[in-house]
Amino acid sequence: MVGFWTRFRRNRSAVLGLLILAFVILIAATAQIIFPEDPFRLAGQAMAPPGESGFLLGSDSLGRDVAAGMAHGAKTSLLIGLLATIVAVTVGVLMGALAGYYGGWIDDLLMRTTEMFQTIPSFIFAILLVAIMKPSIESIVIAIAVVSWPAVARLVRGEFLSLKNREFVQACHTLGMSDIRIMLGEILPNCLSPIIVIGSLMVATAILIESGLAFLGLGDPNIMSWGFQIGAGRTLLRSAWWVCTFPGIAILITVLAINLVGEGLNDALNPRLRERT
Amino acid sequence: MGHFAKRARYVIKRLLQAVPIVFAIIVVNFFLLQLAEGDAVDVLAGEAGSATPEYMAELREKFGLDKPLIVQLGLYLKNVAMFDLGYSFRHEMPVLELVLDRFFATMLLMVSTILLAVGFGVLLGLLAATGLNTWRDTAISIFALITYATPLFWVGLMLIVVFSLNLGWFPTSGMENIAMFYEGWDRVFDIARHLVLPTITLSLFYLALYTRLMRASMLEQAGQDYVTTARAKGLTERRIMFVHVLRNALLPVVTMAGVQVGALIGGSVIVESVFAWPGLGMLAFEALFSRDLNLLLGIFLLSALLVVAVNLIVDIIYSVLDPRIEVA
Repeated sequence: MVGFWTRFRRNRSAVLGLLILAFVILIAATAQIIFPEDPFRLAGQAMAPPGESGFLLGSDSLGRDVAAGMAHGAKTSLLIGLLATIVAVTVGVLMGALAGYYGGWIDDLLMRTTEMFQTIPSFIFAILLVAIMKPSIESIVIAIAVVSWPAVARLVRGEFLSLKNREFVQACHTLGMSDIRIMLGEILPNCLSPIIVIGSLMVATAILIESGLAFLGLGDPNIMSWGFQIGAGRTLLRSAWWVCTFPGIAILITVLAINLVGEGLNDALNPRLRERT
Repeated sequence: MGHFAKRARYVIKRLLQAVPIVFAIIVVNFFLLQLAEGDAVDVLAGEAGSATPEYMAELREKFGLDKPLIVQLGLYLKNVAMFDLGYSFRHEMPVLELVLDRFFATMLLMVSTILLAVGFGVLLGLLAATGLNTWRDTAISIFALITYATPLFWVGLMLIVVFSLNLGWFPTSGMENIAMFYEGWDRVFDIARHLVLPTITLSLFYLALYTRLMRASMLEQAGQDYVTTARAKGLTERRIMFVHVLRNALLPVVTMAGVQVGALIGGSVIVESVFAWPGLGMLAFEALFSRDLNLLLGIFLLSALLVVAVNLIVDIIYSVLDPRIEVA
C-alpha cells in the first residue's frame, strides 16, 4: 500500500488530477449545503452576466442560477459515471471470467457479442436505449453500461485465459477447490489492477456519454446535469455565452482529472508496463 | 492469376464473416422495436385521432402484428433484405428514402473529418515521436490529453461563439446558403465554408486518438531489428525515421481509422445537431424529438451496416498494403 502511494505520487499530473477530482467530489457532496434551493428554481433576473445580480456565474434565460446548476450537476455526473461503471465492470468481469475460464461455447458467444458491439455505433445505440426506456437515471445508467461492458469482458477474458493454466491455479485444482472459488478467490485478485485502471477510465467516458445524452435532451428531466445546462443554453450563445461555457469547462476538467488519475493508477499498479504508450 | 484468385477468396471469406454480424444487428434492431411501447398501429391510430378497436385489429392483421414473435422476426428480416426499413409516420415517407436523402451530407462530413484527423494525427504523432521528451512532445501530449476530455458539443458551441459570432469568419449552421442560389464553383465554395467548423469539431477527438497511436507506433517500430540494420548500413537518422519507420508505423493507424468509424458516426449525431448539418445525425436528432422510433432504428441499422462495410474495405486495403497478412 505504501509502495503504491509512492509510485502514484511520482506521477505529478496524476496527483494534480486527484486534487481536482477531490475538489469536484467536495462540490458535489456539499451542493445541497451551498445551494440548498432547487437548481431548477427561478432565482432572479434572467440572463444576468457572471458576477451581477448576485449570480457568481450568471443566470440563464429563465433566471436559473448557473453556478447552482453546476454544483448539482456535479452530483449527477459523478453518480451516473460511477453507477454505470460499476454495472459495466460487474457484468464485464462475470462474462469475461466465465468465457476465459471455461472456453467453449460461452467463449464463442462472448467473442461474437463483443465483435457485434465493436461494430454498432455505441453512442447511437445508447441514444436508442434511452429513448426506448424513457429518460431516467436508471435508463441512462443501463444504456451506458450496455455499451461499455464488452471492453471489460474482453480484458478479463484475456487475463483469465493467461492465468488459468498457471501453476498456482493447478495447485488449487489439486486441493479440490470449487471452480467458483478458484475464479473469485484466486484468479480474480490477480487481475484486479487492469480492471481498476479500465474502470477508472470508464468513469470518464461514462460522464462524457451522459453529458452528450443530456445535451440531446435525453437526460432525466427531474435532475440537473451539465449536459442539460449546455443544451438549454445553446440558443443563447449570442446573448449569454456564460450559460454554455461554464458547465462545459466543468465537464472538461472533471473528465481530464479522472483520466489523469487513471493513468497514474496504471503507472502505480503496473510498473512494468510503464514504457508502453 | 494464382495470386489474384487468392485475394478474391480472401475478400469472399471476409464478406461471409460479416454476414452473422449483420444478421445479429438486424435481430437486435427488431427486438429494440419490440421493446418500445406501442406498435406501428398505435402510432397510426394516434395520428388519425381516433380508431375503433376492430379497425386496429384489422390493421394489425394486415401488418402481420398479430402473428407470433418468430414469424414477425422472419417478416422483418425479409423486409430488411428487400431494403424496406419501415415507414416514418411523422415525415409520411419510407424510412429508406429519408435516410438516403441525408446520406450524402454525412458522408461529406465523415470523409473530410477522417482526412483531417488522420492527416494531422499522423503529423503530430510524428513530431512528438521525433522530438521525444522535448517541449514539443510535452505540448502535443497535453493537447491530446485535453481534446480527449472535451465534450464534442461544447467544442462546437465554443467554436461558433469565437469564429462565427465574434469573428464572423464562418457561418453558424447549415450546409449551404440556399437563399443565395449559388451554382457551380460558388456553391462548392459555399459548402466548403459551412464544412470547416463541423469538421474541426468532429475531428478533434480522433485527432487526439491518432496522435497518441502514431506516437506509440513510431516508438515501437524504432526499437525493431530492421532499424538497427538500417543504422548499420550507414543510413542517416532522417532517412531511417521518415522512410523506414514511418511506413511501418502507419499501418496500425490505418486499422484504427477503420475501427473508429462507428464512434465517428455517434459523434456526428452530436456535431450535426450542433451545426444543423443536414445529415443522418441531424435526422436522428429530429427523430428523437418527434419520438419517431422507426426512423431512429432505420438510422441505427444503416449506420451499423456502414461500419461493417468500412471495416471490410479497410481490411481489404490493408491486405493489399501489407503483403505479410495471411490471405489464404
